[in-house]
Amino acid sequence: MKWCPMRLEPIKNPSLARSLLPPAIALGTTVIIATLLAMVAGANAFSVIGLILSGAFGSQFALLETLNRATPLIFTGLAVAVAFRAKFWNIGAEAQLYAGALLTVMLGTGVLPWPSIALLPTLAVFSILAGAVVLLIPALLKTRFGVDEVVTTLLLNFIFLLFISMLLEGPLKDPMGMGWPKSARLIDEARLPRLVEGLRLHWGFGLAILSAICIWIIQTRSTLGYEMRAVGLNKQAAAFAGIPVNLVIVKTALLSGGLAALAGFSEVAGVKASLSLDLSPGFGYTGIIVAMLALLHPLGVIIAALFVAGIFVGADSMSRAAGVPTYLADIMLATALLLMVLAIMLTRFRVVRD
Amino acid sequence: MTDDHVEALSLNAITKRFGELTANDAVSFSVNKGEVVALLGENGAGKTTLMNILFGQYTADSGTVAVFGQTLPPGNSRAALDAGVGMVHQHFTLADNLTVQENITLGVRPLFSPRLARAAARAKIIDLSTKFHLVVSPDARVGSLTVGERQRVEILKALYRDVRILILDEPTAVLTPQETNDLFATLRLAIGEGLSIIFISHKLHEVMAIADRVVVLRHGKMTGRARTQDTDKRALAAMMMGAEANAPQVAPANPGPALLELHDVTTPNNASAPGLKSVSLALRAGQIIGLAGVSGNGQAAMADVVGGLGSPTGGHVALNGTRIQHWSPRAAVQNGIARIPEDRHKTGTIADFDLTENAILERYNTATFSRGGWLNWRKSRAFADAIIDKYDVRCPGADTPIRLLSGGNMQKLILGRVLEANPQIILANQPVRGLDIGAVNYVHSQLLAARDRGAAVLLISEDLDEVMALSDIIHVIANGRLSPAFGRGEMTPAQLGIWMAGQGFDEVVPHAT
Amino acid sequence: MEIIEILFTASFWAAAIRIASPLIFATLGELICERAGVLNLGIEGIMVAGAFAGWMAVYSGTGLWVGVGVAMLVGMLFGLLHSILTVPFGLSQHVVGLGVTLLATSSTYYAYRLALPEVTSPPKIEAFQPFEIPILSDIPLIGPALFSQTPFTYLAFVLVAVVAIVLYRTPLGLAVRAAGENPAAVAAQGLSVTAIRMAAVIVGSGFMAMGGAFLTMSAFDSFFFEMVNGRGWICIALVVFGSWRPGKALLGAVLFAAFDALQIRVQQTSLGALVPYQIFLMMPYILSIVALVAMSRRAEVPAALMVPFNKGER
Repeated sequence: MKWCPMRLEPIKNPSLARSLLPPAIALGTTVIIATLLAMVAGANAFSVIGLILSGAFGSQFALLETLNRATPLIFTGLAVAVAFRAKFWNIGAEAQLYAGALLTVMLGTGVLPWPSIALLPTLAVFSILAGAVVLLIPALLKTRFGVDEVVTTLLLNFIFLLFISMLLEGPLKDPMGMGWPKSARLIDEARLPRLVEGLRLHWGFGLAILSAICIWIIQTRSTLGYEMRAVGLNKQAAAFAGIPVNLVIVKTALLSGGLAALAGFSEVAGVKASLSLDLSPGFGYTGIIVAMLALLHPLGVIIAALFVAGIFVGADSMSRAAGVPTYLADIMLATALLLMVLAIMLTRFRVVRD
Repeated sequence: MTDDHVEALSLNAITKRFGELTANDAVSFSVNKGEVVALLGENGAGKTTLMNILFGQYTADSGTVAVFGQTLPPGNSRAALDAGVGMVHQHFTLADNLTVQENITLGVRPLFSPRLARAAARAKIIDLSTKFHLVVSPDARVGSLTVGERQRVEILKALYRDVRILILDEPTAVLTPQETNDLFATLRLAIGEGLSIIFISHKLHEVMAIADRVVVLRHGKMTGRARTQDTDKRALAAMMMGAEANAPQVAPANPGPALLELHDVTTPNNASAPGLKSVSLALRAGQIIGLAGVSGNGQAAMADVVGGLGSPTGGHVALNGTRIQHWSPRAAVQNGIARIPEDRHKTGTIADFDLTENAILERYNTATFSRGGWLNWRKSRAFADAIIDKYDVRCPGADTPIRLLSGGNMQKLILGRVLEANPQIILANQPVRGLDIGAVNYVHSQLLAARDRGAAVLLISEDLDEVMALSDIIHVIANGRLSPAFGRGEMTPAQLGIWMAGQGFDEVVPHAT
Repeated sequence: MEIIEILFTASFWAAAIRIASPLIFATLGELICERAGVLNLGIEGIMVAGAFAGWMAVYSGTGLWVGVGVAMLVGMLFGLLHSILTVPFGLSQHVVGLGVTLLATSSTYYAYRLALPEVTSPPKIEAFQPFEIPILSDIPLIGPALFSQTPFTYLAFVLVAVVAIVLYRTPLGLAVRAAGENPAAVAAQGLSVTAIRMAAVIVGSGFMAMGGAFLTMSAFDSFFFEMVNGRGWICIALVVFGSWRPGKALLGAVLFAAFDALQIRVQQTSLGALVPYQIFLMMPYILSIVALVAMSRRAEVPAALMVPFNKGER
């Protein structure tokens, strides 16, 4: 019974046009679907797109809002990209983010009365360690017991958030918080300074860009980057050649967890100044979309994060203006993700009638 | 016993292209009822592609197939099966975790039928099993069967569906000489029952033994046909390979000291194959030791131990006289062991890496190619270019993804990267599997040259002809045990076959060479 | 000890069966997908979509069983999306699954906001009511626990038997199992691997959606955000825990649900006063991880799980 008369044939040397066309079509299709859905909600199709764009980039305020929103996404996007390259499915960036935030708050609310120049790097380092440790558990379960990390990292998100909730209602509770589960405020020395005087953009953004560049250098020029790519592409061949696969997976996990934690550090020290359960509206999960849209490329993550942040910020503003539910943004991103993966495959393979 | 008046199968002008490669070029031939036709050709000639078209796994670009006069709809395995065509693939299509009966009855009853009718099926399997001398238990889990038993299941699959035309793709590659005789006996019984058979092979002596007629393919074209009674091996070889193939000359060996020794090495069994059982072996400089045996008898365990992927649970391994404490693939590489893996796609190369990245796969962390954790791409690229040049690797350049290369060129890169490190010991595991004759000769000449330079070579191969041609010393491995050493020319294939089948081990006490 | 007392009350086991029901549907669904060789990470989102679709149908005036059908249909549509991308196109099952979860969840929330824009507290429907099976429901302990459930729960138990029978005793089930063990074997016997895998994913996704619908139509009677709360991921662990067998998966779901019901009740006891409630809420997730580690030998994984099949690949 011939049900599916097609076959995939690899294309030898895809031209640049062929490489760029499918992703462009994917993004275009996403926009079309978004406008259709907006029309279902009763809004004018063209004004919706316009409102999103202007809401994201149309004014200095909007632009800064987008850059601020992109900052944690660059960190989690990098975390996911690094992990996925080695075929380590880190879906737990959310928990690692909160781990970083937790350490920032534990050490930054007065325990260490140091000047900024010493305190901020300390907080960053301990955040990275916390995130690395959180991801270490699923990594060791995978290398020791062969347990699939997708489910363990996912479940750890739920567990860790409950843990944070417990701490916020207990030992970390702000004595001046009027009973609300929130931590105490960071001391001034623990706050990330502004990037440019007068603009509402903090150093977290600068740190994110620097991190992306560092990861890019590591991936293309270091032996660790080479090992991570090898393990991700063909674990068996890597093992046969002598690459210590399990050690590479653990190192990848530490790096990935640390990056995600920096998102937490950045949000607390740069924006919120305290920890509460609404710190992250799903930055860890959104990082997955950012990483995939960036084709797992560290520098691409910056662009993808700006794009995704723009969609969210723009959708918020559009929602207030046009009455379309903000979930439109999530639908757009999910659609973009699926179409993007399909598009990537179509750049490398031709569908042939059999 | 042929019935010349009934044409069971005819292929007409079959052409198939994969991208730029023309796998089949207007091939036509026919098979009569009750006939055995051999499809002869070396690796890459297009035999398997042709049969896959016949069986509906591929669709031809042009040409038709007719079974007993009826044209088959292209690309439809179901139609081929219903018309009475059955195929025993070279790489068995069996589900290890299911039973023999489940594998045989898969897809036979209509998909939405409410029952499996297990009792009736079982009876039919046992009946066929007895009639055709294919002994196997219907309730056995396929994963626990030997290679020879699995082939019996594959044949039963076809017979169960009442095929009238049976295609066998290189069936004897995995059998001992005795099992090959049993297979031929079964095939003769099948002919007696009125079946027609297409027998794909590259082994001339088998073709002459079993076939009525021969069709020869070369580079996708049909280059000759003959009745076996009217021709001989030399004529067939000429049709198969064009000019006389230039097999490398083998000079007499001059063995030196033992470089690597296994002392009573035992390794654990795993799910699919036995481990080594108290194996003692010495690899000497300037000598090729060939390990003959049926697939799945411990070759993988041997390759793992010598290659650094496994450590013995009993006994020990010694390098240059010193006992090894910590063994790993990296340690093997550092100690001058060159490993040519069994599967160049799965373990030998990383498909999406380019040639440069693949060239440094084993030594990227050494001082030559990196320092302090940072890679030196310039030196790596130079190394890859040197290999491409010296070993004649056909490719657009060192930054080409290796998946675009042919099997032979991939193997040349692997050869190059390990031989350029001046290895003392070479482990060659199925080094010429799936390569065309030109590449085969090249690889063999490189191994012989290395031997002449003083390296110790361990050749593991399922091809008995290859082992016998190249090896100075032959050991047979069966169920993880090693036979005594046999010198060049000492044993006939039949005699080795007895050892390959596991006999001979209990009469003689094996001793180290 | 209070815990032992709890274990011997009929109401405890009745609650356990009720909590297990959505897990049974979703675990069966994932089991079918994975047996055919496809990992379906869309399970969490499909449960959300099913929860809303079924509830919305009833809220709009259809009968309860029609609502179940609508939920199943919605699940099957998402299954179709998933399987088109993962089977003939062979895209990463991890990425597609996560994408489907995100798409299903976000489109559900979008639809909810569009349908009920001004609500502050979620509206209720007339959910399934418990139906006591005559005679059987009078057996002490077991009676109220097993035979005084809603018809939706009875359906779950029936489905376990149906899936087991189909999987092990019919040609279709054999083909599905073979597709997950060695798709080349299936193709060599003239069957279409693509058709079998896609059908398995579509049907399995339908079951998952029914599991979601149970939450809004039987366990509770309204739909609210964050309702599914990770149950989908827990079901993935349950499939492993049940060794990809329907009967064992049922046992696993009930065991798990019993533990969940226990922790709810323990919170009311003296022990419960000492321990923060978050610890209790963590238990189901921790238990899932423990179950995965315990089953990590995994000798019974379908051999071709997550291996795409490319017909005629050279």
